[in-house]
Amino acid sequence: MSYSVSVKKMNEILKELQKDYKVYAPKRFEKRGRYSDTDLIRYAEISMVEEIVYDEKADFSPKEVIYPITQTLFYFTEHEYKESKVHDKGILIFARPCDINGIKRLDTIFLENGDQEDIYYKRLREKVKFILMECKEGWDTCFCVSMGSNQTDNYSLAVRFAENNLLVEVKDEAFNNLFANEKTTDFTPEFVTSNQVTVKIPEIDNKEILKKVHDLDMWESYNSRCGNCGACTSACITCSCFTTSDVIYSENGRAGERRRVWASCLHEDFTEMAGGHSFRNTPGERMRFRTLHKVYDFKARFGEEQMCVGCGRCTDRCPQLISFATTINRLSEEVNKLKNKKVSQVQAASKEVE
Amino acid sequence: MSKNLLLPKPHEILEIIRETEIEYTFRVEADLKVEHGQFFQISLPKIGEAPISVSAMGDNWLEFTIRKVGKVTNEIFNLRPGDKLFMRGPYGTSFPIDKYKDKDLVVIAGGTGVSPVRSTLKHFYQNPDDINSLYFIAGFKDKKSILFEEDLENFKTKFNTIYTLDNEQVEGFEVGFVTEHIKKIPFDTFEDYNVIIVGPPAMMHFAALECLKNGVPEEKIWVSFERKMSCAVGKCGHCKIDETYVCLEGPVFNYTKAKELLD
Ligand SMILES: Cc1cc2nc3c(=O)[nH]c(=O)nc-3n(C[C@H](O)[C@H](O)[C@H](O)COP(=O)(O)OP(=O)(O)OC[C@H]3O[C@@H](n4cnc5c(N)ncnc54)[C@H](O)[C@@H]3O)c2cc1C
Ligand code: SF4
Ligand code: SF4
Ligand code: FES
Repeated sequence: MSYSVSVKKMNEILKELQKDYKVYAPKRFEKRGRYSDTDLIRYAEISMVEEIVYDEKADFSPKEVIYPITQTLFYFTEHEYKESKVHDKGILIFARPCDINGIKRLDTIFLENGDQEDIYYKRLREKVKFILMECKEGWDTCFCVSMGSNQTDNYSLAVRFAENNLLVEVKDEAFNNLFANEKTTDFTPEFVTSNQVTVKIPEIDNKEILKKVHDLDMWESYNSRCGNCGACTSACITCSCFTTSDVIYSENGRAGERRRVWASCLHEDFTEMAGGHSFRNTPGERMRFRTLHKVYDFKARFGEEQMCVGCGRCTDRCPQLISFATTINRLSEEVNKLKNKKVSQVQAASKEVE
Repeated sequence: MSKNLLLPKPHEILEIIRETEIEYTFRVEADLKVEHGQFFQISLPKIGEAPISVSAMGDNWLEFTIRKVGKVTNEIFNLRPGDKLFMRGPYGTSFPIDKYKDKDLVVIAGGTGVSPVRSTLKHFYQNPDDINSLYFIAGFKDKKSILFEEDLENFKTKFNTIYTLDNEQVEGFEVGFVTEHIKKIPFDTFEDYNVIIVGPPAMMHFAALECLKNGVPEEKIWVSFERKMSCAVGKCGHCKIDETYVCLEGPVFNYTKAKELLD
């Protein structure tokens, strides 16, 4: 059932919801943006509709709500580990289709990869219900349609924001009573059907091509461009890597915690082992690693979907103006060239036999 | 709530054996089922965690041979028998010793690479009838980096051994890299056999090439990879090579798979 709800009424509903839920949405942080005088839009708890930035793209994804940048795993005293705890409320997240689909990729890593679930992820994730923010147009760096992540039915509520009211589809019966007295409408959310940017996914269908992709010259061009800052990976809804480390609280060193912190495969020390040996030593090699994870090997491993959801945030955040869509398309072209070369070699060879 | 996969448990250190100046073997009390070649995440509260291979196992105990290289390992070297090591595991794949049974086995190990194959070697030392023959090539940098001296002596009595030092002349040791001695293995007299290669990345690479040159088929070669690891359970991403997670599908790989793992 769908309803037309005034902003005032929606604020009352939010207030009611906050008894049981923490509500997160993209929120404006003034003058905290990348350039002086720009604002930063990122996910934070909200209590009123007016706080929700629905008409701009958030600079950061909602992943930090369920997968914080820094997360305590255990507290310890001298001789024991004690598990950290989380709040006992539910979580509601106002999210666009790309991000809801992105969280599905995080689920795959944290809940499906390996033979055990990651409880630190699960204990927050299982509290989450999504409030879909209708996204009909997208922005100039989005390519969700190419990635098939422009649509979703994984939401409890869906909203369309208008000047003085909101249209709300209530899919989750648990929320029916909150809207019982509101005017019904026939609203269902629409999804963006084309983006300004499109990408072609490279068709790497065997290990021979993959080996050649590793050796492509195109990666070297990133050696002078990418600055290893990791801004792209921290903005990404699907980047899930972390490093665990221990922290001591006090000088006497009796108490402390084990925590995990987001890690970036673009950083130089991501693969560094004892003795200083690393495996991907140039920005180009690391860019290849990240690109292939996003548009080749996540799918090769899990079978269903590419990791990248085309939110375009990595492109938006890169200080070197590296466009990820351009990188993907360039790779596709190179893969096509490799394949055509092979076909023409085979043809030439069979001609010789004739 | 489901099992907490990152929570370590304390295990008492029973004995510490000094192998070299920078490598000690820690025997800890543990009643856990472990397969040959698997590893644990060893940690100390407030310091951190490190993946370490099981270098030997027995009733109620496990051994870890640890090289002192940094934060966690330095601190572990300050411990004494009676102190506790925190552990979670075992993790990873193992050497398929059932496949090696009743065949010939060649083990080529370099430096600390001897650690992860030591329990396999000990298994066949204790069960010599399980194997046709065992050829063991072990290489160390120099005299002061020789590990497991007592084992090396014992192995001589039941295995065909070639011990070598990179560039030092010492009684009982050849001179040169392990790769230089591979041609001495009589591969053509074996009916069915397997080859295990473990050591630093470059050593494994060249030893494998040398084996192939000597006619060893790829599928008979087994290697053990080392990668940076933070979680050991397929979540942190550090050990990933394309679609393969070394902590889950490794560290032990058949060479047919290992050769496709390009960094
Ligand atoms: C499957 C596996 C089995 C291993 N078995 C053994 C073993 O039997 N004996 C042994 O002595 N060592 C073993 N290692 C290596 C050992 O894990 C590292 O030497 C150890 O993590 C270093 O920790 P640290 O805190 O003392 O050093 P740090 O101070 O953390 O680091 C010193 C250097 O080691 C690097 N490093 C950090 N974490 C790791 C890591 N997880 N793996 C590799 N390098 C890392 C750092 O980047 C730095 O360059 C194994 C590694 C793996 C992946
Ligand atoms: S790789 Fe870039 S476009 Fe793809 S999901 Fe991550 S941030 Fe979005
Ligand atoms: S944001 Fe740009 S410069 Fe920074 S690591 Fe990513 S690609 Fe490289
Ligand atoms: S060590 Fe964390 S994913 Fe393998």
